[in-house]
Amino acid sequence: MDPIYLASVSDPATYVGWGWLSVSIPNLIVILVMIALFVLAIVLPFPNGRDKS
Amino acid sequence: MTPASPIPAVQPDSTPGESPAGVRPPPATEVPDDREENAGTWTGGLRRAWTAKLPPDKLLPERQPAYVASWIYIFGVATLAAFLVIIATGLVLAFTGPAWYHTSSLGLFTNSMHFWSVQLFFVFMVVHLWGKFWMAAWRGRRVMTWITGVVAFLASIGTAFTGYLVQTNFDSQWISFEAKDGLNAVGIGAFFNVADLGQMLLLHACLLPLVVGVIAVWHLLLVRLRGVVPPIDAVDKEVSTASLADDSVSEARP
Repeated sequence: MDPIYLASVSDPATYVGWGWLSVSIPNLIVILVMIALFVLAIVLPFPNGRDKS
Repeated sequence: MTPASPIPAVQPDSTPGESPAGVRPPPATEVPDDREENAGTWTGGLRRAWTAKLPPDKLLPERQPAYVASWIYIFGVATLAAFLVIIATGLVLAFTGPAWYHTSSLGLFTNSMHFWSVQLFFVFMVVHLWGKFWMAAWRGRRVMTWITGVVAFLASIGTAFTGYLVQTNFDSQWISFEAKDGLNAVGIGAFFNVADLGQMLLLHACLLPLVVGVIAVWHLLLVRLRGVVPPIDAVDKEVSTASLADDSVSEARP
């Protein structure tokens, strides 16, 4: 195995599920990243933002 | 020397040698204005309607309201930037073909750029959608801005889906044969055949990017026309520029 091998897009994804909900780990990561981006975009101050009115 | 002008200009500083005695500027009623000059032509009418509705300083403004200085306002233009990368790399892929982008290193890199910029495009667009949804961005006569955004999102899903189908690898084969049953079940398989590589390729490379591009331009023009939507609690505090006066009025409406 290649030492830097992490995962191949050809490998089947691992799924997690809660009851009726089933989601693959890659999709879950993307969803969590989007939520994190959304929260950070609201919380983080914009640099030099207040002198552009 | 000044360039020629269709409007006779008054020259208060002209010397006697340049202006014969007795010549005076024509009265104002004789000056042909722009409206009379182009009366009856559809091009002039279109230009006047366009510039009246969306003058250049409103189309390409140099200043923005204070509330735009927030990270949540970045994701619209980030989506647009990702879209431009998608178009650029897609053009390269279209001119080179799968024999290049499936085998050479640069081809694989370009193919990956195309793929990953699509992922970023959707991530940015979803965050943009969330931001606009939670600030009720359809306020202030911005309903069409919201609707064109929704349609652009749906068209983008179709474009991405056909893109997955034309990868010409086992992934695309798997995706198409998983999708065809669902599409056949709803009765559109005869017109939208995901197993038809030629149809999917033409839709992906010709029609759907054009649809997304046209709707995106429409969306952007509407954003410039109506202005960037202010946060719900920012109307009275920070909106002070003249360009936002109309929006403030609109915000006051129920």
